[in-house]
Amino acid sequence: METIKINIDNKNIEVAKGTTILQAARNNGIHIPTLCYLNLEDMHIENKPGGCRVCVVEVQGRKNLAPACATECLEGMVIKTHSVRALNARRTVVELILSDHPADCLVCAKSGNCELQTLAQDLGIRQITYKGAQSTYRKDTSPSIIRDIDKCVMCRRCETMCNTIQTVGALSAINRGFEAVVAPAFEQNLIKSPCTFCGQCVAVCPTGALTEVDHTPQLIRDLADPTKTVVVQTAPAVRVALGEEFGMSAGSIVTGKMAAALREIGFNYVFDTDFAADLTIMEEGTELLGRLSKFLNGDKDVKLPILTSCCPAWVNFFEHYFPEMRDIPSTSRSPQQMFGAIAKNYFAKKIGVDRKDLVVVSVMPCLAKKYECGRDEFKTDGDPDVNYSISTRELAHLIKQANIDFAKLDEEDFDNPLGESTGAAVIFGTTGGVIEAAVRTAYELFTGKQLQKIDFEELRGLENVRSATIDFNGLPINIGIAHGLGNARKLLESVKKGECQFHAIEIMACPGGCIAGGGQPLHHGNADVIKARHAAIYQEDHDKPIRKSHENPYITKLYEEFLGKPCGELSHHLLHTHYFDKSKVEIKVK
Amino acid sequence: MSTIKITLRNSDVEQLKQICKNFNNDPGELINVLHGAQGLFGYLPAEVQELVAEELHISVAKVYGVVTFYSFFTMKPKGKHPISICLGTACYVRGAEKILEETKKQLKIEVGGTTPDGNFSLSCLRCVGACGLAPVMIVGDKTYGRVTPDRVKEILAEFND
Ligand code: SF4
Ligand code: SF4
Ligand code: SF4
Ligand code: FES
Repeated sequence: METIKINIDNKNIEVAKGTTILQAARNNGIHIPTLCYLNLEDMHIENKPGGCRVCVVEVQGRKNLAPACATECLEGMVIKTHSVRALNARRTVVELILSDHPADCLVCAKSGNCELQTLAQDLGIRQITYKGAQSTYRKDTSPSIIRDIDKCVMCRRCETMCNTIQTVGALSAINRGFEAVVAPAFEQNLIKSPCTFCGQCVAVCPTGALTEVDHTPQLIRDLADPTKTVVVQTAPAVRVALGEEFGMSAGSIVTGKMAAALREIGFNYVFDTDFAADLTIMEEGTELLGRLSKFLNGDKDVKLPILTSCCPAWVNFFEHYFPEMRDIPSTSRSPQQMFGAIAKNYFAKKIGVDRKDLVVVSVMPCLAKKYECGRDEFKTDGDPDVNYSISTRELAHLIKQANIDFAKLDEEDFDNPLGESTGAAVIFGTTGGVIEAAVRTAYELFTGKQLQKIDFEELRGLENVRSATIDFNGLPINIGIAHGLGNARKLLESVKKGECQFHAIEIMACPGGCIAGGGQPLHHGNADVIKARHAAIYQEDHDKPIRKSHENPYITKLYEEFLGKPCGELSHHLLHTHYFDKSKVEIKVK
Repeated sequence: MSTIKITLRNSDVEQLKQICKNFNNDPGELINVLHGAQGLFGYLPAEVQELVAEELHISVAKVYGVVTFYSFFTMKPKGKHPISICLGTACYVRGAEKILEETKKQLKIEVGGTTPDGNFSLSCLRCVGACGLAPVMIVGDKTYGRVTPDRVKEILAEFND
């Protein structure tokens, strides 16, 4: 590796050629503030427009200050990151940004978690010297996301996520100068755009310009209503991230504390989406085996590869961009919706409550789930199976409002019957997990043999697109995995062209899977946070006494008592769905 | 928001696709493609932008972003009689602004707008090189010099069919 020598803040250091000033500084304990720059290392996610100029530093011998994030180190460079000139320029830049920003901090959803606020604080800004017109734009509220563009600082991180990483192309910078905003085509609302509600734009927005729709006020009302029975389900990825909101290190597993907190908040039953994830495996695994055996019997019409369908943003994506392939994905509903259907049609009867008086709330790492639970196909006479979904962040706010000292809580268990789950369900929370869970079950059902080794290391990891072949007793099963919709698109294109022969493909819309979903505690560009959650998911799986979905005793009981058999008639009615062609969006022009 | 819905004729679609092809369907040529498209249609309705996006394999949002960035591009159809008022220095000091105000008042549209009947559209220019005639107003291909606010009405009347 070719290295060069530079001097930064009076320190002589050696860096690899091609290193930016910002990287060199960060690697050597010097924190240059940034705003537009975002880099999730190893995950191939980078936003580097060099536009905000917050990161300017002084380079000896250069007339102009240099943006550290976009300037490469050169041999012999002498850099001052906190010279008076650099500090003044940085302050002016931030003051100018603030002069066109509403001073709404006290009541902003991002307060305490906003990168602009932190920047103003770190730079010690106490007044805004520049006064002038502020740009205004209408608010846009969709089922998942609120766009409050007055708070946009034009860092264009959302655009990078939506266009480059997700290849959805819902957002673009439009207009110019003072009028410039990030918006969907023809300035329509998000709901009229190809947006999948993956929430990745929200996950990276440094300010309160993009936030989730907050359902906690509704939830507080429902909890106080004596005529309502309120049950909660929590997704796998929540338990490895929630702790971060209470100062715990990334990757802390807080399953037991979370159950305790939910009970304390007042939910009548504290259940687990993981239970429904096990159920998903029973249905999806059976579907896979069904298609496989048809294929092996020479059926030419059978649709392979089967694609997973538990990610609602992914469902939105193929409905919009690959509608002609919509008979390939599994018809299994997502675990959130399976849970809702079982809660309203089975559990409600069991406890003698009318389904309309049962409020099913989900806690999700995901913003697409907010959209999903409102889809018409998941309602009975207008009553949704899942009433609403709150994000991990919203749950954290709720716990704080309920005056709970989270870190000090004793661990508790989920309630039964919809709270028991296996290790296979836990790993649904990360890329590769759904397919590994499916393989664990499909292998045993297909071969009739017990797995020697439960861990399928070959399916794990964070590389963009992965593939592996699993030996089903002499029959090689080819598996593909993609996370991030751009990678999903690539994989799908090659399937379409017949370039690769897979039997099953797992897709999650969020890079990293649900652990890095749009509703999770903000990672602020630190990929280590995501990696720690990833490791924690497998730890939780490893520590579970039962690790295969078909061995969950409550699942067996559910089939015996209620459903009959996987992919049977009742399952078909309650646990499966169908997809639509949404490639045409209505055009509305200002 | 109002809905403008146009349906492209098959021949339009073919011509537009040809323009894209002339630039190898290269996303890097978006501006040139849009230039060509505006030459063909006179403006860039949503449907045209959608088709361009599809042909160049980029998002409609991106295309719309470029259309709104450059003031040369317009999404509004030009009127049957496009009006341009010169706001170059000479015209300006001789009261072009009053001409503009009067025209806006008469037609009840803003700069960049088109009358609901599609008869007139209004835009501004920087110096047409006829400074001797300032202030200058152009309607269609007819040029009017030394215009005064009270003449605007009669000039417009010539084009009211
Ligand atoms: S939610 Fe996802 S698809 Fe929608 S605008 Fe944001 S990044 Fe794009
Ligand atoms: S909406 Fe947020 S992420 Fe997008 S450009 Fe504005 S500030 Fe940046
Ligand atoms: S990957 Fe997970 S968090 Fe992201 S959209 Fe899909 S289901 Fe939601
Ligand atoms: S952080 Fe470097 S220019 Fe914005």
